[in-house]
Amino acid sequence: MKQFRKLVTPYCLWLFLLTVVPMLLIVFYAFTEKGTAITTFSFTLENFTKFLDPIFVSVLFRSLKLGLLTTGVCFLVGYPIAYMIAKCKDTTQTILILLITIPTWINLLMRTYSWISILSNNGLLNKLFEAIGMNSVNMLYTDFAVIIGMVYNFLPFMILPIHASLTNMDKSLLEASQDLGASPIQTFFKITFRLSLSGVLTGITLVFLPSISAFVIPKMLGGGQYSLIGNFIEQQFITIGNWHFGSAVSLILAVFVIGLMALIFMAEKRTNNSVEEEEGGWLSNAKRKKVR
Amino acid sequence: MKKLIELENLTKEFNGQVVLKGIHLDIHENEFMTLLGPSGCGKTTTLRIIGGFEEASAGEVLFDGIDISKLPPHKREINTVFQKYALFPHMNVHDNIAFGLKIKKMDKSIIDQKVLKILTLVGLENYGNRHISQLSGGQQQRVAIARALVNEPKVLLLDEPLGALDLKLRKAMQVELKNIQKEVGITFIYVTHDQEEALTMSDTIVVMNDGAIQQIGTPTDIYNEPENRFVAKFIGESNIVEGLFVKDFLVEFDGQQFVCVDKGFDEGQEVDIVLRPEDLDIVEVGQGKIEGVISSILFKGVHYEIMVETSERTYTVHTTDINEIGKKVNLDFWPEDIHVMEKMGTY
Repeated sequence: MKQFRKLVTPYCLWLFLLTVVPMLLIVFYAFTEKGTAITTFSFTLENFTKFLDPIFVSVLFRSLKLGLLTTGVCFLVGYPIAYMIAKCKDTTQTILILLITIPTWINLLMRTYSWISILSNNGLLNKLFEAIGMNSVNMLYTDFAVIIGMVYNFLPFMILPIHASLTNMDKSLLEASQDLGASPIQTFFKITFRLSLSGVLTGITLVFLPSISAFVIPKMLGGGQYSLIGNFIEQQFITIGNWHFGSAVSLILAVFVIGLMALIFMAEKRTNNSVEEEEGGWLSNAKRKKVR
Repeated sequence: MKKLIELENLTKEFNGQVVLKGIHLDIHENEFMTLLGPSGCGKTTTLRIIGGFEEASAGEVLFDGIDISKLPPHKREINTVFQKYALFPHMNVHDNIAFGLKIKKMDKSIIDQKVLKILTLVGLENYGNRHISQLSGGQQQRVAIARALVNEPKVLLLDEPLGALDLKLRKAMQVELKNIQKEVGITFIYVTHDQEEALTMSDTIVVMNDGAIQQIGTPTDIYNEPENRFVAKFIGESNIVEGLFVKDFLVEFDGQQFVCVDKGFDEGQEVDIVLRPEDLDIVEVGQGKIEGVISSILFKGVHYEIMVETSERTYTVHTTDINEIGKKVNLDFWPEDIHVMEKMGTY
């Protein structure tokens, strides 16, 4: 394989140009401020200290809260779905998984717009409520709408890895557990859930990380007043035009995300250590294959 | 011995395919019983029905005289050693073994005692803290047995537990399993397709084929007195010859009549006759019963496998004597080497 090694070079070049350079630019912008002339920049930490203002910090925490909430609801809704799908016949499973994946083929904006038409005051849901004699409820531009939109968007990323870890599980382990006297419920908590944890962690990673920096869905379903870190960064770049402050906030968010990733990675490593050679989730399987 | 499990007219269909055709079987206390047969013969299905993992389409499973057909597995006083051990990968050896005891909410100190005792029994007393993935196949096997035995079941089901081990380890474990069974004094129901394994360990062998029981008996019975062509072919190697039962103690095959020790068949009945390769002797021309020529010699380690071509067929002979290809010889055997069986369809 050695003679093919050079083929990697263009890939590395692209990676450098498209990923590394923009990142370096963000770092560069974050630590500088505009000088008097266009070409003069001077080093400063002011962009970071500026963010320590309670108003800005609360935006960050609101984003974290939304991320946590989205992830929590996705898990509570997604796990039972994944579990039930994993119990189905193989052909049914393929169809159901396909049905769950299909919405992700459609543009995010389209899907969110359709939620607007469902949740708005003369929307589908309220029409339904009226039809059965209930008062219409104001749902659009509330936290509820944002959570619904977020969960709807990210749910497949929770279901798929959990489903994978459940179907990879050796069925004889469940039989062994029952054979040893555990009821089906005990078996679920002691064996099934425990062994699907790596899938759960993968799902949490895939949902939580993008959902803290989400800004399109909250903006569309939460209305303008719904300020999140994602919206905030977008504003800095597009509306206000302060690239330096925007870059600094991006960097702060990135550090947060890396820290959380590290936590999740450590947790996954712990479960993987104890599950070792056994079936893990998606990502961990892929990782292991690479090592081999 | 008291009957512990009775299978009555056990029938199982999968999607219209009949896997078990009405099995009747009594399993006694303290018995080492082996279900032996080729893959797809229904032996594993039978075991899974006893364990509660499969529900019979018809028939009953009586345990101590009570019908348990509808009882879920976690309520049966039966434990299983699974084919690939099915050890819990997220627990260490100790926790795997303690699993059943913890479910029963036993005291921690009692659990620890029992686990240590059973680990000593299977020779792994220092392995409690080991991780499952740090164990060799043979050790995992022992943990699986310990995990089942620690619950003190009345019956232990073993589903080809030695299949994944190499030959040497398998032989050692066969002896060990038999010893463990004697020591704990409970019923073992063992499923295997390996006839040698069955002969080594069992008190009773149940030979199965095509969803039906072919023969039940002790290893010696099964080997020496196979009831039909299938059993004779499946257990050990054999020369099966079509013949005629002339009268009690006299059979005819290959155009000659031979004295035998069998009786009780109809006079003039068509029968199958088994001649075990190791029972046949190769002797000088004129000193034996059937004439032939040596057509091939294979060295098998302990013995030679020699093919002797006669005018009617080719006989397989196992012998430690040295011979040469092409030599004219006679085949000789004793009356008790002739085993007469009911004739059945050819396999």
